Amino acid sequence: MNEKRVLTGRYFMMGNVACAEGAIAAGCEFTAGYPITPATEIANRLAERLPQVGGGFFQMEDEISAIAAVIGASWAGRKAMTVTSGPGISLMLENIGFAVGVETPCVIVNVQRGAPTTGMPTVGVQGDMVQARRGSHGDYEIIALCPSSPQEMFDHTVIAFNYAETYRTPVFILSDAFVGHMREEVIIPEPEKIRTVYRKIPESGTDPQKIRGFLDEDVAPMPIFGKGFKAHVTSSCHDEYGKRNLIDISALDKFIRKLSNKILKHKEEITIVERDYEGAEIVLVSYGAVARAAATAASQARKEGIPVGTLRLITVWPFPGEEIEKMARKAKQVIVLENNLGQIYPYIKAEAAHFAEVSFLPPRLVGEIQDPEDILRKIREVSK
Amino acid sequence: MSELVHPFHRFIRPSVTHTTFCPGCGDGIVAQSILRAIDGLGMDLDDFVFVSGIGCAAWIPSPFFNADVLHTTHGRPIAFAFGIKMGLPEKKVMVVSGDGDLVAIGGNHLIQNARRNVEMVVICINNGIYGMTGGQAAPTTPMGIRTTTTPYGTVENTFNISRLVIAAGASFVACWTTFHPRQLTSSIEKAIQKKGFAFIEVFSQCPIQFGRKTGVGSAVQMMEDYKKRSISPKEAAKLSEEELRGKIVVGELVDIEKPEMLEEVKRMKNKAKGGSE
Repeated sequence: MNEKRVLTGRYFMMGNVACAEGAIAAGCEFTAGYPITPATEIANRLAERLPQVGGGFFQMEDEISAIAAVIGASWAGRKAMTVTSGPGISLMLENIGFAVGVETPCVIVNVQRGAPTTGMPTVGVQGDMVQARRGSHGDYEIIALCPSSPQEMFDHTVIAFNYAETYRTPVFILSDAFVGHMREEVIIPEPEKIRTVYRKIPESGTDPQKIRGFLDEDVAPMPIFGKGFKAHVTSSCHDEYGKRNLIDISALDKFIRKLSNKILKHKEEITIVERDYEGAEIVLVSYGAVARAAATAASQARKEGIPVGTLRLITVWPFPGEEIEKMARKAKQVIVLENNLGQIYPYIKAEAAHFAEVSFLPPRLVGEIQDPEDILRKIREVSK
Repeated sequence: MSELVHPFHRFIRPSVTHTTFCPGCGDGIVAQSILRAIDGLGMDLDDFVFVSGIGCAAWIPSPFFNADVLHTTHGRPIAFAFGIKMGLPEKKVMVVSGDGDLVAIGGNHLIQNARRNVEMVVICINNGIYGMTGGQAAPTTPMGIRTTTTPYGTVENTFNISRLVIAAGASFVACWTTFHPRQLTSSIEKAIQKKGFAFIEVFSQCPIQFGRKTGVGSAVQMMEDYKKRSISPKEAAKLSEEELRGKIVVGELVDIEKPEMLEEVKRMKNKAKGGSE
């Protein structure tokens, strides 16, 4: 039995377990999901640990209901999360759009696996990167973080909750089977050293008719249920009071733009990258598990006297285009590394190609992380 | 002279100026039965969170009821309601939606939560058609009826919704029609007080997309038809399946005590904390 929310200490821990502990440390109370490889260890850990601290993991009939229940719990005032893999995300997409539309804080963990379709469940790929961004219908913005290690599965889950609560939006953790199943040292800090955020809510006693609970680019206070706010929450086009409007196109335009701008306006605060390209002529751009191979290859290349640097995207969405441009202005060659056939590559190329040569290096086999030797070979080739 | 105000006007969201229901629609009768039940129990709308899906019936609480209302995606209100109830166990959670929403696209959430016996009230307004989209066949449309997607008549068997929910394990199930507003109100009162999954099916006329197109007739004719077809469970017990075809078995069909999920969750949490069950 452990009734402590934060298990402060030094552990040899699986990434998925660290993710569950990160959620609990962040103050998550409600989780729902459906069994799916390679995300099950998160659900198992939550099911064991959350009830000890007063929360719960609920196994639903499918992923559609899992995300629906998470959104419901969030409106009930609870920090909430669901965990799944690509096929589960495919089922959740309609309701993820709903969460965006009614500005619901929640965390969605996608431990990506071999895809498309049922694919290869125990193999890690980065195949759902654009799905997270564009999967649900319509124009919208999303936040997504890409951890590279079990430690980051913990750290990024805490950040994901803070972003979700700050910006009232779903936040993705885009992990994969490699990072999820990886076991490494994980340090869980003292509770007071973990920064946690809870959403703004209207002052109690506010006249419900005067609550502007939606569509503020600086994030409206959330009129959560059960407090007498009489919130009318509809994902149909609505105004800042939540009132439905299905006839006025200018209301639709405002609905779309305000939601998107709420994220884009705060892009700088949301963007986390790791820059290590000072003086480099060749920069390797990557994220997630692949970044580990990129770092190894870059350090090897530097030993050989080739000026190679790295840029690792932790925030992949909203896309940190400014960071790419800043890097490309200093580089001659940019090599993009992903464990897929090039999903973020076009976004990077669009920002970098004006300043540097941009190329893409997939792994020899999708589902394998790039062999640092292969990356070195590519570096030698472009440095000629 | 003071203005004449409906006694339930206080339950209506102040920004609402008009109804979106078609003339003759049964949704108004159901809306009033819900509000009468809440008033009859001496409760306030702040004691509730209302959840609805997509379709005409979903517009009963959204926007009309001046309460916390979550208007969700098609078929999923019960799944959203599950999360709300787990997050706010002290509030009453009521789902109001149609047959297409709750039984066709959302059928799995209906039966799974009836099985779980989670405390919530689900009011399913069964008009036997997709009204909002213009009269397409539903799993509740009687066989042979011509609709916009079945111009030669429906070729499918229909769901008996109440039976389905009973089989799934709900602890309270009642079925009425818009011809029975008083009985309906009384059943809603019981459903609100029920510690468990409480389901009420209401046959409700859609004179525009059902009555007019199928030739069943006006709202009044449709309600008279409901009256003619309604029989009690006692009478129904004497009839064969063949004789039951076209009949509506009205009444409180199930009212039993069984473990309710929130209570079980509370026990489970105590166990996890090392306490006694």
